[in-house]
Amino acid sequence: MGQEKETIGTQMTGAQIVIETLIEQGVTDVFGYPGGQVLNIYDELYKASDRINHVLTAHEQGASHAADGYSRVTGKVGVVIATSGPGATNLVTGIATAMLDSIPMVAITGNVPTSLIGRDSFQEINITGVTLPITKHNYFVSDVNELADTIREAFCIAKSGRPGPVLIDIPKDVQIASCKFCRGDVVECMAQDNADDADIDRAVALINEAKRPYIYIGGGAAGRGMTEDIIALAEKIDAYVGCSFMGLSAMKNSYDRFLGMEGMHGRYASSMANKEADLVIGIGVRFSDRATGNVAKYAKNAKIIQLDTDLSEINKNVRVDVGLIGSIVSSFSRILKRCDKQSHPEWRTIVEALKTEERLIEREAERKSGGTMTPRKIFDVINEIKDARTIIATDVGQHQMWAAQYTDFEMPRRFASSGGLGTMGYGLGAAIGAQIASGDRTVLITGDGSFGMNLNEMATAVSYNTPIVIVLLNNGVLGMVRQWQTLFFGKRYSNTVLNRQTDFVKLSEAFGAKARRVDNIDDFRAAFEEAMQHDGPYLIDTLIDMDEFVLPMLPPGGSIDDIITAKPEVK
Amino acid sequence: MRSVIAIYVENKYGVLTRVAGMFMRKGFNIDSLTVGETDDPAYSRITITLNGDEYAREQLINQLKKLFNVKQVKLLASDASVERELMLIKVRNTPENRSEVIAATEIYRAKIIDYTTDAMCVEVTGEPQKIKAFIDVMKPLGIIEMCRTGVVALERGMTIMQKN
Repeated sequence: MGQEKETIGTQMTGAQIVIETLIEQGVTDVFGYPGGQVLNIYDELYKASDRINHVLTAHEQGASHAADGYSRVTGKVGVVIATSGPGATNLVTGIATAMLDSIPMVAITGNVPTSLIGRDSFQEINITGVTLPITKHNYFVSDVNELADTIREAFCIAKSGRPGPVLIDIPKDVQIASCKFCRGDVVECMAQDNADDADIDRAVALINEAKRPYIYIGGGAAGRGMTEDIIALAEKIDAYVGCSFMGLSAMKNSYDRFLGMEGMHGRYASSMANKEADLVIGIGVRFSDRATGNVAKYAKNAKIIQLDTDLSEINKNVRVDVGLIGSIVSSFSRILKRCDKQSHPEWRTIVEALKTEERLIEREAERKSGGTMTPRKIFDVINEIKDARTIIATDVGQHQMWAAQYTDFEMPRRFASSGGLGTMGYGLGAAIGAQIASGDRTVLITGDGSFGMNLNEMATAVSYNTPIVIVLLNNGVLGMVRQWQTLFFGKRYSNTVLNRQTDFVKLSEAFGAKARRVDNIDDFRAAFEEAMQHDGPYLIDTLIDMDEFVLPMLPPGGSIDDIITAKPEVK
Repeated sequence: MRSVIAIYVENKYGVLTRVAGMFMRKGFNIDSLTVGETDDPAYSRITITLNGDEYAREQLINQLKKLFNVKQVKLLASDASVERELMLIKVRNTPENRSEVIAATEIYRAKIIDYTTDAMCVEVTGEPQKIKAFIDVMKPLGIIEMCRTGVVALERGMTIMQKN
């Protein structure tokens, strides 16, 4: 815990202590929604509004996603505040989203006074019980004397090791009670173990023996300043680099050894290179089912080295040959230093051939589609007009996978998307949080299904005049589920044809945002150019074909051998 | 495979729920669970017995180690630890089975701790196999009710759980 400078302290209420401790921990922005059991905290926010900025969303879920988006682009701990009962339960999806993607977050909820706890009082819910499996840790604070240290510990836990969300539930009487408060320092992260020397030696030996190395980066490597080191290793051992969905934006797309995302909807060359490799160096990846396909067949011919800060990740989904538990950055730099300089011309030939094959497959798919406004063309325009600082946020579905496959990233922490939980409705809140955190232009790629889930946050985007460009890929259907129904359910489109009459342009205008509808790529380009200059939210209702596919695709339960690269003829 | 896991935890509100919840999340059924304060009242020791394969058990232990109120987790090897369990078992007191209950109680070094005209209550301590054998003996005599503490276990000799 932080060294306390003041020892005499000042008498403060619990609510004051909450705000003062947040400020002490370096928090400048919080997201939330007021209510009965956090009135005291909101009163203190009002008084401290010159020192801490509160962003009022339309719904607590939006606030939780905003805190998450804020954290993804800054690496700081995102903070969200909600009242008891429904306010607290509305955070659940946002907290779970942060948990599955290891995003540091502190959620503060009010609760009914201690004397009313356990009586099913109005707006009482046992939120620590509800969030037990979806938080890294949580607290119910019953004594104001423990409040400041609890908040400090929560920040420490949220950002240490493998980050994650921490919830602090504070009953109203604890917010009202007072005690002495002594200002402390920003808490340090807990020290991380360093991998054993013997394990590093074994990893280095495997690397020196390998002929076809593939470096596989994930969320644990993203935003840790490792980009240059990873490039250095790839150059030194003549390796190629791929990533998981969560690893996107950790590597520059312009780096010629970077093959992009692998997995269920990964880029062809990346997934194939992963298959052909004789060594996979996994950095902060969990080898999720979406990344590996059938684990029994995953990287069959390869040795696997796994670097992770979380010991429970080693051997969790795939059996690895060497597990390096502890600081990823430290393990990686030790490997980089010790391994030999190598040259694998054969491997380069194989992968370069895969890249050529990928280009042919994609060109053929574009030709077959014949569409004037294919996802590929849309992303070509986005990549051309956006700059390296532009943040891409997404919702969940086909549009998300296209964004993952086609967006060019040149800087880390420029991508906010729900990978692990796959939360439809995540994007708009996250885009608002990311934009406010960075001040940078943010592009939300979304679909009509996802956008419909939390479009109420348009009100927030307008209120704060956040320059967010919303590219709504509107196909009138739940495209990803439809794709599965096409392939695996005999085209029985159960409840995926939305056929709604929502006019997204009028809707945006009703919220006070600018909007435009486009049905061809030239209009899209013009609209996107205009939107990127617009001072405030701008929605582009982009009409696309409902039968566009996300390709390649590994069928569920299948392996890389079952890869689908062209849209099959389905009767 | 049967395993005995000892868990050293902070003696705090909700810790048992956190630990037990992890078993549910990882899909384990707990066969027995005991918890009690240690010589340092700030800490409790939980002993859990369960069945499951080695891979799942390793995962579970790694996940338990990540809980913030959990200080240490250790898999106790059956050949290097001592296990005991206590059972109270109530059987019918009838002229036909009375002498058999008393004889079994003596042979098993158990104790009759309650005796009425209708029922006898026997206290049995021992390894789980012994408890099971005693239940088998009592079954035909008419078990009215029974209650087991679950296993407690310590490692042999000077091997201990480090209280870091």
